[in-house]
Amino acid sequence: MKSHVIVFPGSNCDRDVAVAIEKISGSAPEMIWHKNTSIEHSDLIIVPGGFSYGDYLRCGAIASTSPIMHEVVQKAKAGVPVIGICNGFQILIETSLLDGALIRNNSLSFICRDIHIKAENSTSIFTKNNIIAKMPIAHNEGNYFASTETLKKIKDHDQIAFRYCDEHGVVNEQANPNGSMENIAGILNDTKNVLGLMPHPERAIEINLGGDDGKHIFESVLN
Amino acid sequence: MTSTWIHKTEQSLVESHGLKHDEFDNIVKGLGREPNLTELGIFSAMWNEHCSYKSSKFWLKKLPTTGERVVQGPGENAGVIDIDDGDVAVFKMESHNHPSYIEPYQGAATGVGGILRDIFTMGARPVANLNALRFGEPSHPKTKHLLAGVVEGIGGYGNCIGIPTVGGEVNFHPSYNGNILVNAMTVGIAKKDKIFYSAAAGIGNPVVYVGSKTGRDGIHGATMASAEFDDDSEDKKPTVQVGDPFTEKLLLEACLELMKEEAIIAIQDMGAAGLTSSSIEMASKGNVGLEIDLTKVPMRASNMTAYELMLSESQERMLMVIDPAKEDMARKIFKKWDLEFEVIGRVTDTKNLVLNMHGKEEACIPINILVEDAPEYQRDYTISEPTKDYTIDPNSLNAETIVDDLIKMISHPNLCSRRWIWEQYDHMVMADTIVRPGSDAAVVRVHGTNKAIAMSTDCSPTYCKHNSFEGGKHAVVETWRNLIASGALPIAITDCMNFGNPEKPEIMGQFVECIRGMTEACSALNYPVVSGNVSLYNETNGEGIYPTPAIGGVGLIKNIEKTKTIAFKKIDSAIYLIGKTEGHLGNSHFLSIVQNQEIGSTPIINLDEELKNGKFILELVNKDLILSSHDVGEGGLLVAATEMSMSSGIGVSINTERKNHAYYFGEDQGRYLVEVDAADEQKFKQVAEDHKITIELIGRTIDAYLMIQDIGKVSVKDLKSESEKWFPNFTR
Amino acid sequence: MLAKIHITLKKDVLDPQGKVIANSLTDLGFGGIQSVRQGKYIEIILDGDDKNAATVKLNKMCEKLLANLVIEDYSVEIN
Repeated sequence: MKSHVIVFPGSNCDRDVAVAIEKISGSAPEMIWHKNTSIEHSDLIIVPGGFSYGDYLRCGAIASTSPIMHEVVQKAKAGVPVIGICNGFQILIETSLLDGALIRNNSLSFICRDIHIKAENSTSIFTKNNIIAKMPIAHNEGNYFASTETLKKIKDHDQIAFRYCDEHGVVNEQANPNGSMENIAGILNDTKNVLGLMPHPERAIEINLGGDDGKHIFESVLN
Repeated sequence: MTSTWIHKTEQSLVESHGLKHDEFDNIVKGLGREPNLTELGIFSAMWNEHCSYKSSKFWLKKLPTTGERVVQGPGENAGVIDIDDGDVAVFKMESHNHPSYIEPYQGAATGVGGILRDIFTMGARPVANLNALRFGEPSHPKTKHLLAGVVEGIGGYGNCIGIPTVGGEVNFHPSYNGNILVNAMTVGIAKKDKIFYSAAAGIGNPVVYVGSKTGRDGIHGATMASAEFDDDSEDKKPTVQVGDPFTEKLLLEACLELMKEEAIIAIQDMGAAGLTSSSIEMASKGNVGLEIDLTKVPMRASNMTAYELMLSESQERMLMVIDPAKEDMARKIFKKWDLEFEVIGRVTDTKNLVLNMHGKEEACIPINILVEDAPEYQRDYTISEPTKDYTIDPNSLNAETIVDDLIKMISHPNLCSRRWIWEQYDHMVMADTIVRPGSDAAVVRVHGTNKAIAMSTDCSPTYCKHNSFEGGKHAVVETWRNLIASGALPIAITDCMNFGNPEKPEIMGQFVECIRGMTEACSALNYPVVSGNVSLYNETNGEGIYPTPAIGGVGLIKNIEKTKTIAFKKIDSAIYLIGKTEGHLGNSHFLSIVQNQEIGSTPIINLDEELKNGKFILELVNKDLILSSHDVGEGGLLVAATEMSMSSGIGVSINTERKNHAYYFGEDQGRYLVEVDAADEQKFKQVAEDHKITIELIGRTIDAYLMIQDIGKVSVKDLKSESEKWFPNFTR
Repeated sequence: MLAKIHITLKKDVLDPQGKVIANSLTDLGFGGIQSVRQGKYIEIILDGDDKNAATVKLNKMCEKLLANLVIEDYSVEIN
């Protein structure tokens, strides 16, 4: 099991995700600096959360032009599993690996709190443990938006990975923390090997931190 | 030297630099000549209240600053305490009041940035941010804008750099209408044998500038208005500093990376008075001189003068003295992080600060004049009589209103839920937050271990206003109690002393009395001061703010499994009140919120009782005899019980002998509420008896309701929604 | 009437975003960039055709809400 975590200037969940992967899989991921241009064999690439380049210009926009992202796109197209968490999700969208856009939360403020998500797709390597999971969100721009055609496309291709729901799994307006279209919390690419999600599974891997539901998302890929 | 010489007759220039005439005379005497403009600016920056502590130094020396766990007390960038296993916690709180009033977002953001640098300058990785905020009354036209901006600014900086903001306090009072307080605290973790200090050493060693470029940020307003600097119109006006958390994140990582190598001899962040204070601090601590070529300073703006370069408060910059053999390696690290790295000078044996620019000498000042000859005042003070107690006619209060009064209190801005604030702060990044905001203390695990640090900030300005001595004691004790209630061993504090104009004897009297109260509490509790900051002249239209000695306490939890929170854990537990209750309603939240009167005396703290009760709680924690605990503070017993319910959703049925306002809302000190498992009640009572602790069974946990026997009941859900609505409604 | 408002940081105020954008453009191979300053652009459509009155009104809007005069400058243009 060989995993890689991409580190940009301004990434700040890189250590958290490395700790989570090591705890779950038993082996620490390799940290890859953004100026690198290649990744050797990888079973999982993670683009972690944070504020790459300070979120300046547009969240994820500048990081998506980094040398390493060219390689991540190649690896993704070759079928390597890739997860983008929070800012990582924004970066994957800016590279066009994933569809849609992430705009400012409808509350117009940063939100950090526990939410619940429910897997919609049940066949991908990330979502096959079909669960209702509690984990934190912490973002300013997590409001998922897609054009009508794009939304239809991702629905037709079963690309919605997770939706925000209440603790019982009911998807409704009250459970939507940021105004995301149709409560979308995470999406897949059409070949289902690339996942982007706003919630932070790496912050929900032990009871001491408030819950361990986040483990399921990593476990399904790592084991 | 070719710069303009300052002649004594240019009094307005001296005055606009905030220097008194006798202070100027001392400069002339020390230098043996009159200073030039750059030198005058340097003296002005070093001898102002903020840098020189000239009004407060005499009194600050009275605070206890040593203890078996104190590794570094006041005098460095931050205090350092031992938290076992070769680990230390490094922390400090600092004010950024005035800039936050002018521009709340940037003022608060750069306040956070500044205190973070103080911590990582010492070699510690910051692991937690806290704050203490005061705003004017909610109805004041500026309050909403200031609150929203400050909260967004604190979040904007902390969230981006990726350090969790885990705790804080906020209150509203008319005395802050024209002068808000923004006090930011950071706690970091380092290895005891890897702490970095600011003393420059090694004659000939390079002085290195790292971080962002220098612009004309925050240069002293009065001086910039003087004609000589006004040739470039509008654009040169002094500006509020803009924070760049992204650059600070790079600076943090670059510094910590370089600190792993044996390269840094001394390091100091450029905070207030930028290059001036950092270079003088390093030279003075090391008892050496520095020679700096200002032409080498990385500049953001064109045509900057020596005066501007020395006084700029551009953010995200550091000054270091490094081992010359490691210069290339160090440069490589900073270049990797896209940061400026420039050798701007050398350490010398002259004990002078010498500044050159374009080959000309711009300043030459003996360091000892700047530091040792800095003014120190013992200002006159008068101590106001503490406000007398006020007796309430018990018949004037009808017990039937107790539930309604409780709801008024928990939905009031000074007692309601702060969720709206802390949900805008990333309080979980770094994945070590064990207790999130909303409990007595925030608890953050020491990464990779099973131990944690607990942290709390506190102060009750109305207590301080009406009895500065007891108020000073209270601020210290309240943080101590919060740490105890979380199961932590309290170790030390940092203080942020916010007061009005010290040239007024009654304000100076408040300062003196607060210090005396803090000293007494710190000594009794073995809870020394290891760092701090003083902010004076917090006044508008001649009206000073309430005395506000904000305290940040830090404690150690040796095993995170023993951590306690305020949330009730299960139904059918026994709820005990620890400590004596007389029913002290003077100066209470009940009177200020429900009766709209600020009257009566500040409650008195019995420090022997305090220590006894605190030790008792820690023994209960060690023996696993309590499920949850909460200190009984603002609002009294009923508010404390309600908070424990709201935090968990579990209700409580209260049945006590006394059923009146004074009992339920009195703010007697030294008290806690604890939840005891029914199976442990006998053991619990035995320990209390052994230590002669006053305990009182007040009720049992039940499902979903707060019930007060013979008085009334209300659902926890309703209480919670009452408590959580104020902030979102106010800021909508 | 269409009013175009540009809001920029004052000349000597640090623009962290502009700095990062400049670096990134340089990294992408766009040479010769001296500096980048980022601002906001706002369009407001107004009733009537009195340009002078509109200018006064727009200036007030900028001062009261649109610009933060502590750190920002603005310019107003009416078509």
